[in-house]
Amino acid sequence: MTKRVLVIEDEPNIVEAISFILSRDGWAVATHSDGETAVQAVLDAVPDALILDVMLPGRSGYDILHDLRAHDLTRRLPVLMLTARGQRTDREQAERLGVNRFMTKPFSNAEVVDTLNELVPG
Amino acid sequence: MRFRREPLFLARQSYRRRRLEDAARLLPILGVFLFLLPLLATGAGTAGQGMYLFAAWFGLIVATAMISRGLNRWPDMSHDPDEEASSHTPAKPSDPTSQDEGRD
Amino acid sequence: MLSFNTLVAVCLLYVIFLFLVAFGADRSAARNKSRFLNSPLIYTLSLSVYCTAWTFYGAVGYAARSGLEFVTIYLGPTLVMIGWWWFLRKLVRVGRAQRVTSIADLLSSRYGKSNFLGVIVTVIAVVGTTPYIALQLQSVTLAFSVFARDRSAGWNAPDLDATALWVAGGLALFTILFGTRNLDVNERHHGVVTAIAVEAVVKLVALLAVGVFVVWGVGGGPAGIADAIDEAMRNTPGEAWAITGGRWVGLTFLSAAAFLTLPRMFHVLVVENIGERQLAVASWAFPTYLFLMSLFVVPIAVVGLGTLPAGENPDLFVLTIPLHFDRDGLAMLSFLGGFSSATSMVIVASIALATMVSNHIIMPIWLSIRSEEASVSGDVRQVLLLARRLSIIGVLVLGYLYFQMSGGGTALAAIGMISFTGVAQVLPAMAGGLFWRGASRNGAAAGLILGFTVWAYTLFLPSFGEAGVMSATLLAEGPLGIAWLKPQALFGVTGLDPVVHAVFWSMILNSFAFVGVSLMSFPGPLERLQGAQFVNVLDQTRPAQGGSFPAAAAEDLLVMAQRTMGADAAQALFQTQASAQGKEGYLPDTTPDFIALLERELSGSVGAATAHAMIAQIMGGATVSVDDLMAVADETQQMLVYSSQLEEKQKELTTTARQLSTANDKLTQLSIQKDGFLSQISHELRTPMTSIRAFSEILRDGGAKDAEAAGRHASIIHDEAVRLTRLLDDLLDLSVLENGQVQLNPQREVLSKVLDRAVAATQSLIASQDLRIHRDQGREQVIITTDTDRLAQVFINLIANAAKYGDAKFKRLTIQVGERDGALRIDFVDNGSGIPTESQVMIFEKFSRLTDNAAAGGAGLGLAICREVMDRLGGSITYLPGQSGAAFRVTLPLEKIPHHVAN
Repeated sequence: MTKRVLVIEDEPNIVEAISFILSRDGWAVATHSDGETAVQAVLDAVPDALILDVMLPGRSGYDILHDLRAHDLTRRLPVLMLTARGQRTDREQAERLGVNRFMTKPFSNAEVVDTLNELVPG
Repeated sequence: MRFRREPLFLARQSYRRRRLEDAARLLPILGVFLFLLPLLATGAGTAGQGMYLFAAWFGLIVATAMISRGLNRWPDMSHDPDEEASSHTPAKPSDPTSQDEGRD
Repeated sequence: MLSFNTLVAVCLLYVIFLFLVAFGADRSAARNKSRFLNSPLIYTLSLSVYCTAWTFYGAVGYAARSGLEFVTIYLGPTLVMIGWWWFLRKLVRVGRAQRVTSIADLLSSRYGKSNFLGVIVTVIAVVGTTPYIALQLQSVTLAFSVFARDRSAGWNAPDLDATALWVAGGLALFTILFGTRNLDVNERHHGVVTAIAVEAVVKLVALLAVGVFVVWGVGGGPAGIADAIDEAMRNTPGEAWAITGGRWVGLTFLSAAAFLTLPRMFHVLVVENIGERQLAVASWAFPTYLFLMSLFVVPIAVVGLGTLPAGENPDLFVLTIPLHFDRDGLAMLSFLGGFSSATSMVIVASIALATMVSNHIIMPIWLSIRSEEASVSGDVRQVLLLARRLSIIGVLVLGYLYFQMSGGGTALAAIGMISFTGVAQVLPAMAGGLFWRGASRNGAAAGLILGFTVWAYTLFLPSFGEAGVMSATLLAEGPLGIAWLKPQALFGVTGLDPVVHAVFWSMILNSFAFVGVSLMSFPGPLERLQGAQFVNVLDQTRPAQGGSFPAAAAEDLLVMAQRTMGADAAQALFQTQASAQGKEGYLPDTTPDFIALLERELSGSVGAATAHAMIAQIMGGATVSVDDLMAVADETQQMLVYSSQLEEKQKELTTTARQLSTANDKLTQLSIQKDGFLSQISHELRTPMTSIRAFSEILRDGGAKDAEAAGRHASIIHDEAVRLTRLLDDLLDLSVLENGQVQLNPQREVLSKVLDRAVAATQSLIASQDLRIHRDQGREQVIITTDTDRLAQVFINLIANAAKYGDAKFKRLTIQVGERDGALRIDFVDNGSGIPTESQVMIFEKFSRLTDNAAAGGAGLGLAICREVMDRLGGSITYLPGQSGAAFRVTLPLEKIPHHVAN
């Protein structure tokens, strides 16, 4: 069964890079670039894993994560957060909100793939 | 020694002044006495009484003149009526140094 | 021969001379050349208004009838003067400290500013003085008639009434002219006083001249006079010349009392006084004057009795002896002396009475009638002057009428003593007020009214004779036959001379009523304050001996403190202090510490100067001096100034606070933004790097199979590298601009060309964002001299911003060029939603990109760079609020640009 991942990211180049490497690994990749509609997009088709950028137009990744954790369908959804802001407080805030993994850009492609596979085994 | 002499002199001056004030207060009493004396000496004639009265009168005038001049010459150290309008220093009850020596 | 015309002419010349003297004195006083006018000599001479025509002429007559007794009239004032240290010093000090205008004012002021007392004293003064003025008119007319009688050749017997009328009219004119020039009575009447002094010299010289002539010219020297005295004594019936105890003591006392209480005497003694030095000199100089005035009285009397025909009026010996010996010049001088005595008395008396009548009767009535207009001070001033002038005329008219009605008979001759006794009724209230703090208003009023009544009943009314107000029966048997109410034998006291009887009973009953009622009544606070001021006037600057104040003061302090601090607070304070001293109740000992504490407490509510003055008032720190008042005024003024300063300060502070708050907001935002910037710069750097790294790794791992994708991946790496470079360029550019290290290259160029270049440089962006630019080429034909490359950079930024951030469906940018105040304005207005007000202040700060959208490719440095560039070019860039969309205004000075700015 194909594992599904939703990438919420507004930088088109990064979206393309992540899509490429995850597709290559066998993931079914969906993308979304707008923060405001992101929660609805997740709930419409709950994926097996979520890659979430922090700085998004309209709504921050933290807010989206907070809403997702409040919803039954997505309470346990594995989430990998990516941020270009590499500060400690960012990681702490993300962990408080219940993130599964947190990574700072620029990331290693292999690490992203490994992490996702770890989060969604099998 | 010079430091001792000056306060002594000042004290004597203010003592002198207070005695002058006493004299000024006593003058009218002396005057009443002198002016009433003719009542007791009824025997003398008008000429004699008149001579006495004018002599006493003149004596009183001379005494008053001397005392008044004295009071003017030895100005009151504790207060000067001509100056109080210009340099009114508020009485400070807590300041014992501004008091002059007790009235004796 | 002395003709009537000569007499009148000399008289007129003398009057004109007096006018000139008064005028000159007023002039030199106005020019501040008043040293001589203020000298003790003038003051002493002005006191001679005591010696009226009654004493000038009458003393000789008195001596001819009663021997030495006349001298009591001078002994009383002598005792008062030599006892100046007791009484006059205090009276004068009070008069100056309280700015007393008359004796009525003194009593009114002492007893809590009671106008009721002022009215009583005024009435007493008018009733007592009017006959006296009549007496002066009579003496002048009598003197005229003396000349007329003996020299009938060529003389028409002068009409006495007409003479009196002329004299009264002339006196009224003089008094109004020089007595009501200035309103403030404390501004002395230099003219009047100087004229009085001149008259004093004239009457003294006249009397001395007659005396010398009598003793050495007629009487044969002192020895001859002594013989004449003995003979005169033998010739007088009974014991008339013997000194009798009752009259001697009574009249001496009476003259002393009258010397202090006569309105005219109070006026020259107290009101016209300017310093204690004058008083010190007058204390011996005025007795000397009296001494000289009385020295020749007995010789003139005995010589007159001896040489003149029997039946000659002894009251006129001073005139008739020189005339008898054909000494016309001497007679003339003597006449002028008498004339001077009469006029000076009338002038001063009418000024004093007019002051009282206008201040205590006319003005209160006028003010109560027109109370709503009383605040117009200029109006009141004029009315007061008019009132005073009318009062002077009124007083003289009264005197003249009295003279006419009494017919100039002998009743008038006795009026001197009667008048003295009347005004002396003021003495108990006056002396008590100066020395006894317990003296109260009710006591004073009771004493005055009773004394005045007794005086009228026992002396004044009977003086009109049996034909007058009182019937013979009443005089002989008392009212309704009650013997002990007989006017001249009150309470069965017989055998006293009528005057002494009246003096005795009126003064005794007056004093008893005054003291008794004072003991029983309870004065109000103001009255008590005034009482303390009057009684303690001499202790003004003297701190209390032994460090403690009179115990009685504590109560007064409490009264005052309650009025100032409120009853509860004051009582609490006093009680606490009392118990701290181990005392019960509300009255602590007035120790210096307590006084200091109280003063501090009071100054909290009324200010230091007021508090000090209030305490000083009660503690015998005495009167509120002019200095104190000035201090109070200053303090009030300072408080006013201070409060307006405070207001200003407060405004300033508010402004500063607002500025600070604005700055703080900005700083806080900047601080947030700084944190934000670190994230931002991290984001801006990491985002391209993320792409670069990701695609590099993809390439490293073999890359995309499909060649087109592989090519796209490679170009992404390239584009992102370029983006990184641009970011670094911007940062570097800004850093250089901020440090002022930029090199400007000024060029002359037409503005439209610069705009063309900017539009061309952003062509690709414009095209991709479908931005339409509206320009008015015609207005852009302005030649500018500046670094046009840098200016173009600003324009590019603004156009790019409009393209990137404009959020309208059809993006449009309008570029308007205008000119104002020698500066070129280029406005860039788009049709987007603009920038929110709260963000407008921040947009020119570094890294203040308004959205997180990095798609625009900038790092939020563009506008910051624009601002730095425009600064360097001598212009500015501002956000223009209130336009349809986002609007930026670039301002550039025309004609000149700053030369090389780099250091």
